[in-house]
Amino acid sequence: MRYSGFRVIAEALTGHRGWTAVWRDPEPQPAYDYVIVGGGGHGLATAYYLAREFRQSRIAVLEKGWIGGGNVGRNTTIIRSNYLLDGNQPFYEFSLKLWEGLEQDFNYNAMVSQRGILNLFHSDAQRDAYTRRGNAMILHGADAQLLNRDQVRAMYPFLNFDNARFPIKGGLLQKRGGTVRHDAVAWGYARGADQRGVDIIQNCEVTGFRIEQGRVLGVDTTRGFIGAAKVGVAVAGSSGPVMAKAGMRLPIESHVLQAFVSEGLKPVIDGVMTFGAGHFYVSQSDKGGLVFGGDIDGYNSYAQRGNLAVVEDVAEGGMALMPMIGRARLLRTWGGIMDMSMDGSPIIDRTGIDGLYFNGGWCYGGFKATPASGWVFAHLLATDTPHPTATAYRFDRFRKGLMIDEKGQGAQPNLH
Amino acid sequence: MIIPHPLLGPRDAQEFVYLGDASLIDRPDGLAADAADRFHDYLYLRDNPAGLHRELWYHEQGDRSWLVVTRNTLTHEITQVELARDVARARGRGR
Repeated sequence: MRYSGFRVIAEALTGHRGWTAVWRDPEPQPAYDYVIVGGGGHGLATAYYLAREFRQSRIAVLEKGWIGGGNVGRNTTIIRSNYLLDGNQPFYEFSLKLWEGLEQDFNYNAMVSQRGILNLFHSDAQRDAYTRRGNAMILHGADAQLLNRDQVRAMYPFLNFDNARFPIKGGLLQKRGGTVRHDAVAWGYARGADQRGVDIIQNCEVTGFRIEQGRVLGVDTTRGFIGAAKVGVAVAGSSGPVMAKAGMRLPIESHVLQAFVSEGLKPVIDGVMTFGAGHFYVSQSDKGGLVFGGDIDGYNSYAQRGNLAVVEDVAEGGMALMPMIGRARLLRTWGGIMDMSMDGSPIIDRTGIDGLYFNGGWCYGGFKATPASGWVFAHLLATDTPHPTATAYRFDRFRKGLMIDEKGQGAQPNLH
Repeated sequence: MIIPHPLLGPRDAQEFVYLGDASLIDRPDGLAADAADRFHDYLYLRDNPAGLHRELWYHEQGDRSWLVVTRNTLTHEITQVELARDVARARGRGR
Protein backbone atom coordinates (compact mmCIF):
# COMPACT_ATOMS: atom_id res chain seq x y z
CA MET A 1 0.00 0.00 0.00
CA ARG A 2 1.33 3.39 -0.96
CA TYR A 3 0.77 6.14 1.60
CA SER A 4 -0.43 9.56 0.48
CA GLY A 5 -2.64 12.43 1.55
CA PHE A 6 -5.33 11.09 -0.75
CA ARG A 7 -5.15 7.69 0.98
CA VAL A 8 -5.60 9.29 4.41
CA ILE A 9 -8.73 11.13 3.21
CA ALA A 10 -10.11 8.05 1.47
CA GLU A 11 -9.60 5.94 4.59
CA ALA A 12 -11.12 8.62 6.80
CA LEU A 13 -14.28 8.51 4.68
CA THR A 14 -14.50 4.71 4.77
CA GLY A 15 -13.93 4.10 8.47
CA HIS A 16 -10.22 3.27 8.27
CA ARG A 17 -10.99 -0.30 7.28
CA GLY A 18 -8.50 -0.41 4.40
CA TRP A 19 -5.21 -0.16 6.26
CA THR A 20 -3.14 -3.32 6.12
CA ALA A 21 -0.23 -4.60 8.21
CA VAL A 22 2.87 -2.49 7.57
CA TRP A 23 5.15 -5.52 7.20
CA ARG A 24 4.72 -9.30 7.01
CA ASP A 25 5.67 -11.70 9.81
CA PRO A 26 7.32 -14.49 7.77
CA GLU A 27 8.72 -17.81 8.92
CA PRO A 28 12.49 -18.04 8.38
CA GLN A 29 13.55 -19.80 5.17
CA PRO A 30 16.31 -22.47 5.36
CA ALA A 31 18.80 -20.23 3.56
CA TYR A 32 19.29 -16.70 2.26
CA ASP A 33 21.81 -14.87 0.11
CA TYR A 34 22.19 -12.24 2.81
CA VAL A 35 21.39 -12.41 6.50
CA ILE A 36 21.51 -9.15 8.45
CA VAL A 37 21.84 -9.66 12.20
CA GLY A 38 20.10 -6.85 14.08
CA GLY A 39 16.73 -5.28 13.29
CA GLY A 40 17.57 -1.78 14.43
CA GLY A 41 17.88 1.30 12.28
CA HIS A 42 21.19 0.29 10.73
CA GLY A 43 20.21 -3.34 10.05
CA LEU A 44 16.87 -2.40 8.50
CA ALA A 45 18.45 0.37 6.43
CA THR A 46 21.08 -2.11 5.22
CA ALA A 47 18.39 -4.57 4.13
CA TYR A 48 16.40 -1.77 2.48
CA TYR A 49 19.31 -0.48 0.40
CA LEU A 50 20.49 -4.02 -0.40
CA ALA A 51 17.06 -4.82 -1.79
CA ARG A 52 16.65 -1.48 -3.55
CA GLU A 53 20.08 -0.49 -4.81
CA PHE A 54 21.79 -3.81 -5.29
CA ARG A 55 18.79 -5.83 -6.45
CA GLN A 56 19.41 -8.88 -4.36
CA SER A 57 16.61 -11.33 -3.97
CA ARG A 58 16.82 -13.40 -0.79
CA ILE A 59 17.52 -11.19 2.23
CA ALA A 60 16.57 -11.65 5.89
CA VAL A 61 16.85 -9.42 8.93
CA LEU A 62 17.11 -11.30 12.23
CA GLU A 63 16.10 -9.47 15.41
CA LYS A 64 16.24 -10.99 18.90
CA GLY A 65 13.39 -8.82 20.21
CA TRP A 66 11.17 -6.53 18.18
CA ILE A 67 12.46 -4.22 15.46
CA GLY A 68 13.38 -0.74 16.56
CA GLY A 69 13.47 -1.76 20.24
CA GLY A 70 17.14 -0.93 20.76
CA ASN A 71 19.06 2.27 20.27
CA VAL A 72 16.98 3.55 17.34
CA GLY A 73 14.16 3.85 19.87
CA ARG A 74 16.37 5.30 22.61
CA ASN A 75 18.33 8.19 21.11
CA THR A 76 17.83 11.95 21.13
CA THR A 77 16.88 12.00 17.40
CA ILE A 78 19.48 14.53 16.23
CA ILE A 79 20.85 14.58 12.68
CA ARG A 80 23.85 16.66 11.62
CA SER A 81 27.07 16.52 9.63
CA ASN A 82 29.36 18.82 11.60
CA TYR A 83 32.50 16.69 11.79
CA LEU A 84 36.08 17.81 11.32
CA LEU A 85 38.15 14.92 10.01
CA ASP A 86 38.43 13.67 6.42
CA GLY A 87 37.53 10.11 7.37
CA ASN A 88 34.22 11.22 8.92
CA GLN A 89 32.82 14.35 7.30
CA PRO A 90 32.10 13.01 3.76
CA PHE A 91 30.30 10.02 5.31
CA TYR A 92 28.10 12.10 7.60
CA GLU A 93 27.37 14.60 4.84
CA PHE A 94 26.31 11.69 2.62
CA SER A 95 24.04 10.60 5.46
CA LEU A 96 22.49 14.05 5.83
CA LYS A 97 21.80 14.16 2.08
CA LEU A 98 20.05 10.79 2.35
CA TRP A 99 17.96 12.10 5.28
CA GLU A 100 16.86 15.00 3.08
CA GLY A 101 15.30 12.70 0.51
CA LEU A 102 14.38 9.84 2.81
CA GLU A 103 10.63 10.28 3.24
CA GLN A 104 9.95 10.51 -0.50
CA ASP A 105 12.32 7.63 -1.03
CA PHE A 106 10.65 5.13 1.29
CA ASN A 107 7.16 6.71 1.26
CA TYR A 108 6.88 7.07 5.01
CA ASN A 109 6.54 10.13 7.21
CA ALA A 110 9.71 10.13 9.32
CA MET A 111 9.15 13.79 10.34
CA VAL A 112 12.59 14.88 9.11
CA SER A 113 12.82 18.42 10.43
CA GLN A 114 15.85 20.50 9.44
CA ARG A 115 15.50 22.94 12.28
CA GLY A 116 19.23 23.67 12.59
CA ILE A 117 21.86 22.69 15.12
CA LEU A 118 23.80 25.34 17.03
CA ASN A 119 27.08 24.50 18.83
CA LEU A 120 27.82 27.28 21.30
CA PHE A 121 31.34 28.47 22.08
CA HIS A 122 32.54 30.23 25.20
CA SER A 123 36.13 31.35 24.60
CA ASP A 124 38.38 32.72 21.87
CA ALA A 125 40.16 29.39 21.55
CA GLN A 126 36.87 27.60 21.11
CA ARG A 127 35.81 30.14 18.48
CA ASP A 128 38.99 29.34 16.54
CA ALA A 129 38.31 25.61 16.81
CA TYR A 130 34.73 26.04 15.59
CA THR A 131 35.85 28.29 12.74
CA ARG A 132 38.20 25.54 11.66
CA ARG A 133 35.47 22.94 11.95
CA GLY A 134 33.05 25.09 9.97
CA ASN A 135 35.64 25.56 7.22
CA ALA A 136 36.26 21.80 7.11
CA MET A 137 32.52 21.23 6.76
CA ILE A 138 32.22 23.76 3.93
CA LEU A 139 35.21 22.23 2.12
CA HIS A 140 33.35 18.90 2.16
CA GLY A 141 30.20 20.45 0.72
CA ALA A 142 28.22 20.84 3.94
CA ASP A 143 26.80 24.10 5.26
CA ALA A 144 28.14 25.99 8.25
CA GLN A 145 27.71 29.49 9.63
CA LEU A 146 29.64 31.14 12.43
CA LEU A 147 27.32 33.28 14.56
CA ASN A 148 28.43 36.03 16.91
CA ARG A 149 26.92 36.68 20.31
CA ASP A 150 24.22 39.03 19.03
CA GLN A 151 23.11 36.58 16.35
CA VAL A 152 22.82 33.84 18.96
CA ARG A 153 20.92 36.20 21.25
CA ALA A 154 18.44 36.90 18.46
CA MET A 155 17.76 33.15 18.18
CA TYR A 156 17.71 32.22 21.86
CA PRO A 157 17.38 35.32 24.07
CA PHE A 158 16.84 33.23 27.21
CA LEU A 159 20.33 31.70 27.34
CA ASN A 160 22.69 32.64 30.17
CA PHE A 161 24.99 34.83 28.05
CA ASP A 162 26.82 36.37 31.01
CA ASN A 163 27.61 33.21 32.93
CA ALA A 164 30.70 34.28 34.90
CA ARG A 165 32.62 31.11 34.14
CA PHE A 166 31.40 30.27 30.61
CA PRO A 167 29.96 33.36 28.87
CA ILE A 168 28.40 32.60 25.48
CA LYS A 169 30.46 34.23 22.74
CA GLY A 170 28.73 32.79 19.70
CA GLY A 171 28.03 29.54 17.96
CA LEU A 172 28.54 27.37 14.91
CA LEU A 173 25.23 26.83 13.14
CA GLN A 174 24.43 24.06 10.69
CA LYS A 175 21.01 24.94 9.34
CA ARG A 176 20.54 21.61 7.57
CA GLY A 177 20.91 19.69 10.83
CA GLY A 178 17.84 18.91 12.88
CA THR A 179 15.74 16.10 14.27
CA VAL A 180 13.87 13.06 12.95
CA ARG A 181 11.10 10.95 14.46
CA HIS A 182 13.34 8.04 15.47
CA ASP A 183 10.83 5.17 15.64
CA ALA A 184 9.46 6.12 12.22
CA VAL A 185 12.92 5.63 10.77
CA ALA A 186 12.92 1.98 11.85
CA TRP A 187 9.33 1.49 10.74
CA GLY A 188 9.84 3.23 7.39
CA TYR A 189 12.92 1.18 6.55
CA ALA A 190 11.20 -2.01 7.72
CA ARG A 191 8.19 -1.31 5.55
CA GLY A 192 10.32 -0.38 2.55
CA ALA A 193 12.49 -3.48 2.92
CA ASP A 194 9.47 -5.73 3.40
CA GLN A 195 7.85 -4.37 0.25
CA ARG A 196 11.00 -5.29 -1.66
CA GLY A 197 10.89 -8.88 -0.43
CA VAL A 198 13.08 -8.77 2.66
CA ASP A 199 12.03 -11.21 5.40
CA ILE A 200 12.01 -9.41 8.75
CA ILE A 201 12.17 -12.13 11.39
CA GLN A 202 11.55 -10.94 14.94
CA ASN A 203 12.04 -12.86 18.20
CA CYS A 204 14.92 -14.67 16.52
CA GLU A 205 18.17 -14.39 18.45
CA VAL A 206 21.44 -15.43 16.86
CA THR A 207 23.08 -17.93 19.21
CA GLY A 208 26.13 -18.74 17.11
CA PHE A 209 27.82 -18.55 13.74
CA ARG A 210 28.50 -21.70 11.76
CA ILE A 211 32.01 -21.27 10.42
CA GLU A 212 33.98 -23.88 8.50
CA GLN A 213 37.47 -23.44 7.09
CA GLY A 214 37.36 -19.70 7.64
CA ARG A 215 34.06 -19.22 5.85
CA VAL A 216 30.67 -18.48 7.37
CA LEU A 217 27.90 -20.90 6.32
CA GLY A 218 25.05 -19.41 8.29
CA VAL A 219 23.80 -18.64 11.76
CA ASP A 220 22.30 -20.73 14.54
CA THR A 221 19.29 -19.00 16.00
CA THR A 222 16.56 -19.58 18.57
CA ARG A 223 14.39 -20.49 15.55
CA GLY A 224 16.87 -22.97 14.05
CA PHE A 225 19.79 -22.84 11.65
CA ILE A 226 19.58 -20.31 8.84
CA GLY A 227 22.05 -20.68 6.00
CA ALA A 228 23.57 -17.59 4.42
CA ALA A 229 26.16 -16.82 1.78
CA LYS A 230 26.94 -13.55 3.53
CA VAL A 231 26.19 -12.42 7.07
CA GLY A 232 26.24 -8.75 8.07
CA VAL A 233 26.22 -7.92 11.78
CA ALA A 234 24.74 -4.53 12.76
CA VAL A 235 24.01 -4.82 16.48
CA ALA A 236 25.78 -1.77 17.94
CA GLY A 237 25.57 -1.88 21.73
CA SER A 238 25.80 -5.68 21.72
CA SER A 239 28.67 -5.99 19.25
CA GLY A 240 31.03 -7.51 21.81
CA PRO A 241 28.89 -10.51 22.86
CA VAL A 242 27.64 -11.17 19.30
CA MET A 243 31.06 -11.09 17.63
CA ALA A 244 32.50 -13.16 20.50
CA LYS A 245 30.28 -15.97 19.15
CA ALA A 246 32.41 -15.78 16.00
CA GLY A 247 35.58 -15.82 18.10
CA MET A 248 36.40 -12.15 17.59
CA ARG A 249 37.56 -9.52 20.06
CA LEU A 250 36.75 -5.95 19.05
CA PRO A 251 38.30 -2.53 19.66
CA ILE A 252 35.05 -1.64 21.43
CA GLU A 253 33.67 -1.26 24.97
CA SER A 254 29.94 -1.08 25.72
CA HIS A 255 28.89 1.92 27.80
CA VAL A 256 25.56 3.33 28.97
CA LEU A 257 24.34 6.75 27.81
CA GLN A 258 21.36 8.36 29.51
CA ALA A 259 18.78 10.65 27.93
CA PHE A 260 16.02 12.76 29.42
CA VAL A 261 12.72 14.32 28.47
CA SER A 262 10.80 16.99 30.35
CA GLU A 263 7.07 17.49 30.62
CA GLY A 264 5.44 19.03 27.53
CA LEU A 265 6.00 22.78 27.29
CA LYS A 266 4.96 25.58 24.94
CA PRO A 267 7.37 26.01 21.99
CA VAL A 268 10.59 27.53 23.29
CA ILE A 269 13.52 25.94 21.43
CA ASP A 270 12.99 25.66 17.69
CA GLY A 271 16.34 24.03 16.90
CA VAL A 272 18.97 21.82 18.47
CA MET A 273 21.49 23.42 20.79
CA THR A 274 24.69 22.20 22.41
CA PHE A 275 26.52 23.73 25.38
CA GLY A 276 30.21 24.05 24.58
CA ALA A 277 31.58 24.20 28.11
CA GLY A 278 30.09 21.00 29.44
CA HIS A 279 28.43 18.16 27.66
CA PHE A 280 24.77 19.09 27.29
CA TYR A 281 22.52 19.14 24.24
CA VAL A 282 18.84 19.95 24.01
CA SER A 283 16.02 20.15 21.51
CA GLN A 284 12.25 20.27 21.83
CA SER A 285 10.10 17.49 20.49
CA ASP A 286 6.96 18.16 18.48
CA LYS A 287 4.97 17.12 21.57
CA GLY A 288 6.69 19.90 23.53
CA GLY A 289 9.03 17.91 25.75
CA LEU A 290 12.59 19.14 26.08
CA VAL A 291 14.78 16.22 24.97
CA PHE A 292 18.28 16.43 26.37
CA GLY A 293 21.35 14.49 27.38
CA GLY A 294 25.02 14.66 28.22
CA ASP A 295 27.98 12.37 28.78
CA ILE A 296 28.06 8.61 29.00
CA ASP A 297 28.30 7.21 32.53
CA GLY A 298 31.87 6.12 31.81
CA TYR A 299 32.06 2.46 32.85
CA ASN A 300 31.30 -0.74 30.92
CA SER A 301 27.60 -1.53 31.08
CA TYR A 302 24.84 -3.46 29.34
CA ALA A 303 22.20 -2.41 31.87
CA GLN A 304 20.28 0.19 29.77
CA ARG A 305 20.09 2.37 32.88
CA GLY A 306 22.65 4.67 34.44
CA ASN A 307 23.53 6.27 37.75
CA LEU A 308 22.30 9.45 39.44
CA ALA A 309 25.68 11.20 39.31
CA VAL A 310 25.26 11.68 35.55
CA VAL A 311 21.69 12.91 36.03
CA GLU A 312 23.10 15.62 38.29
CA ASP A 313 25.90 16.42 35.83
CA VAL A 314 23.45 16.81 32.94
CA ALA A 315 21.11 18.94 35.07
CA GLU A 316 24.05 21.20 35.97
CA GLY A 317 24.88 21.62 32.29
CA GLY A 318 21.29 22.54 31.55
CA MET A 319 21.13 25.04 34.40
CA ALA A 320 24.40 26.69 33.32
CA LEU A 321 23.15 27.09 29.74
CA MET A 322 19.50 28.04 30.27
CA PRO A 323 18.57 28.59 33.92
CA MET A 324 14.84 28.51 33.14
CA ILE A 325 15.12 24.75 32.52
CA GLY A 326 15.13 24.46 36.33
CA ARG A 327 11.39 25.14 36.30
CA ALA A 328 10.63 22.22 34.00
CA ARG A 329 9.88 18.86 35.57
CA LEU A 330 11.62 15.77 34.32
CA LEU A 331 9.19 13.30 32.83
CA ARG A 332 11.36 10.34 31.88
CA THR A 333 14.97 9.21 31.79
CA TRP A 334 16.33 6.13 30.13
CA GLY A 335 19.61 4.57 29.07
CA GLY A 336 20.95 2.97 25.92
CA ILE A 337 24.05 0.89 25.34
CA MET A 338 26.73 2.41 23.14
CA ASP A 339 29.51 0.66 21.25
CA MET A 340 32.35 2.96 22.36
CA SER A 341 35.24 2.40 19.98
CA MET A 342 38.90 3.07 20.65
CA ASP A 343 39.02 6.26 18.56
CA GLY A 344 35.41 7.41 18.76
CA SER A 345 34.63 6.46 15.15
CA PRO A 346 32.69 3.53 13.70
CA ILE A 347 33.81 0.36 11.94
CA ILE A 348 32.22 -0.90 8.71
CA ASP A 349 34.42 -3.65 7.36
CA ARG A 350 34.98 -7.25 6.39
CA THR A 351 36.22 -9.54 9.15
CA GLY A 352 38.89 -12.23 9.07
CA ILE A 353 36.11 -14.73 8.33
CA ASP A 354 34.95 -14.97 4.71
CA GLY A 355 31.34 -13.90 4.29
CA LEU A 356 31.11 -12.24 7.71
CA TYR A 357 30.84 -8.46 7.78
CA PHE A 358 30.71 -6.05 10.69
CA ASN A 359 29.03 -2.69 11.26
CA GLY A 360 29.39 -1.13 14.72
CA GLY A 361 31.39 1.06 17.05
CA TRP A 362 28.99 3.98 16.58
CA CYS A 363 29.70 5.49 19.99
CA TYR A 364 26.78 7.82 20.65
CA GLY A 365 26.51 9.06 17.05
CA GLY A 366 24.76 6.17 15.39
CA PHE A 367 21.31 7.62 14.80
CA LYS A 368 22.33 10.42 12.44
CA ALA A 369 24.37 7.89 10.47
CA THR A 370 21.50 5.44 9.92
CA PRO A 371 20.84 6.02 6.18
CA ALA A 372 24.49 6.20 5.15
CA SER A 373 25.43 3.31 7.43
CA GLY A 374 22.80 1.15 5.76
CA TRP A 375 23.82 2.29 2.30
CA VAL A 376 27.57 1.76 2.68
CA PHE A 377 27.11 -1.55 4.53
CA ALA A 378 24.83 -2.76 1.73
CA HIS A 379 27.51 -1.63 -0.72
CA LEU A 380 30.17 -3.57 1.17
CA LEU A 381 28.02 -6.69 1.41
CA ALA A 382 27.07 -6.61 -2.26
CA THR A 383 30.39 -5.64 -3.83
CA ASP A 384 33.03 -6.61 -1.23
CA THR A 385 34.53 -3.16 -1.63
CA PRO A 386 34.04 -0.23 0.75
CA HIS A 387 31.86 2.66 -0.34
CA PRO A 388 33.97 5.75 -1.23
CA THR A 389 32.69 7.65 1.83
CA ALA A 390 33.53 4.81 4.25
CA THR A 391 37.01 3.71 3.22
CA ALA A 392 38.51 4.81 6.54
CA TYR A 393 36.20 2.73 8.77
CA ARG A 394 38.44 -0.33 8.80
CA PHE A 395 39.41 -2.73 11.57
CA ASP A 396 43.11 -2.41 10.79
CA ARG A 397 43.25 1.35 11.25
CA PHE A 398 44.37 0.78 14.85
CA ARG A 399 47.19 -1.49 13.76
CA LYS A 400 48.29 0.98 11.10
CA GLY A 401 47.96 4.14 13.18
CA LEU A 402 45.19 5.57 10.98
CA MET A 403 42.79 6.40 13.80
CA ILE A 404 39.90 8.83 13.22
CA ASP A 405 39.97 10.48 16.60
CA GLU A 406 37.78 13.63 16.48
CA LYS A 407 38.51 14.49 20.11
CA GLY A 408 42.14 13.38 20.21
CA GLN A 409 41.59 11.32 23.35
CA GLY A 410 43.49 8.18 22.38
CA ALA A 411 42.49 4.60 23.13
CA GLN A 412 40.24 5.45 26.08
CA PRO A 413 36.65 4.68 24.99
CA ASN A 414 34.90 6.38 27.91
CA LEU A 415 36.45 9.74 26.97
CA HIS A 416 35.19 9.85 23.36
CA MET B 1 27.24 3.17 42.61
CA ILE B 2 29.08 2.49 45.88
CA ILE B 3 32.48 0.81 45.70
CA PRO B 4 33.48 -1.09 48.88
CA HIS B 5 37.12 -0.04 49.13
CA PRO B 6 39.22 -2.75 50.85
CA LEU B 7 40.97 -0.17 53.06
CA LEU B 8 38.47 2.71 53.35
CA GLY B 9 35.10 0.98 53.30
CA PRO B 10 32.17 2.02 51.11
CA ARG B 11 32.99 4.98 48.83
CA ASP B 12 30.95 6.80 46.18
CA ALA B 13 32.01 5.78 42.65
CA GLN B 14 32.23 9.50 41.81
CA GLU B 15 35.47 9.65 43.80
CA PHE B 16 37.04 7.24 41.30
CA VAL B 17 38.31 7.44 37.75
CA TYR B 18 37.51 4.48 35.53
CA LEU B 19 40.23 3.02 33.32
CA GLY B 20 38.83 -0.23 31.93
CA ASP B 21 39.40 -3.97 31.73
CA ALA B 22 41.81 -5.30 34.38
CA SER B 23 43.76 -7.09 31.64
CA LEU B 24 45.50 -3.72 31.23
CA ILE B 25 47.65 -4.86 34.18
CA ASP B 26 49.25 -7.47 31.92
CA ARG B 27 51.44 -5.17 29.87
CA PRO B 28 53.21 -7.14 27.12
CA ASP B 29 56.97 -7.54 26.87
CA GLY B 30 58.20 -4.68 24.71
CA LEU B 31 61.26 -6.66 23.65
CA ALA B 32 59.34 -9.71 22.37
CA ALA B 33 59.70 -10.48 18.66
CA ASP B 34 55.97 -9.94 18.11
CA ALA B 35 55.74 -6.92 20.43
CA ALA B 36 53.85 -4.79 17.87
CA ASP B 37 51.07 -7.38 17.56
CA ARG B 38 50.90 -7.91 21.31
CA PHE B 39 50.68 -4.20 22.01
CA HIS B 40 47.94 -3.80 19.39
CA ASP B 41 45.86 -6.45 21.13
CA TYR B 42 46.71 -5.10 24.59
CA LEU B 43 45.90 -1.50 23.77
CA TYR B 44 42.89 -1.82 21.46
CA LEU B 45 41.06 -5.14 21.83
CA ARG B 46 38.65 -5.90 24.67
CA ASP B 47 36.59 -8.91 25.78
CA ASN B 48 33.75 -6.48 26.66
CA PRO B 49 31.63 -9.13 28.42
CA ALA B 50 27.94 -8.86 29.28
CA GLY B 51 28.17 -10.18 32.83
CA LEU B 52 31.07 -10.31 35.30
CA HIS B 53 33.79 -7.82 34.40
CA ARG B 54 37.09 -7.24 36.23
CA GLU B 55 38.05 -3.61 35.81
CA LEU B 56 40.47 -0.97 37.07
CA TRP B 57 39.26 2.01 39.11
CA TYR B 58 41.57 4.73 40.48
CA HIS B 59 40.65 6.41 43.75
CA GLU B 60 41.67 9.88 42.64
CA GLN B 61 39.58 11.79 45.20
CA GLY B 62 40.70 9.45 47.97
CA ASP B 63 43.81 7.48 48.80
CA ARG B 64 44.98 7.27 45.15
CA SER B 65 44.99 3.51 45.18
CA TRP B 66 44.24 1.45 42.08
CA LEU B 67 41.51 -1.13 42.60
CA VAL B 68 40.42 -4.20 40.66
CA VAL B 69 36.63 -4.20 40.90
CA THR B 70 34.60 -7.25 39.85
CA ARG B 71 31.25 -5.91 38.68
CA ASN B 72 28.33 -7.34 36.74
CA THR B 73 27.84 -5.17 33.64
CA LEU B 74 24.21 -6.30 33.36
CA THR B 75 23.19 -5.21 36.87
CA HIS B 76 26.08 -2.96 38.09
CA GLU B 77 26.37 -5.21 41.17
CA ILE B 78 29.89 -5.22 42.63
CA THR B 79 30.91 -8.61 44.01
CA GLN B 80 34.63 -8.24 44.75
CA VAL B 81 37.13 -5.41 45.23
CA GLU B 82 40.88 -5.96 45.49
CA LEU B 83 43.90 -3.69 45.58
CA ALA B 84 45.38 -3.72 42.08
CA ARG B 85 48.81 -3.99 43.66
CA ASP B 86 47.89 -7.35 45.20
CA VAL B 87 46.43 -8.57 41.91
CA ALA B 88 49.53 -7.51 39.96
CA ARG B 89 51.85 -9.19 42.44
CA ALA B 90 49.80 -12.39 42.33
CA ARG B 91 50.25 -12.36 38.55
CA GLY B 92 54.01 -12.17 38.94
CA ARG B 93 54.56 -8.45 38.53
CA GLY B 94 57.30 -6.91 40.69
CA ARG B 95 55.09 -4.04 41.89
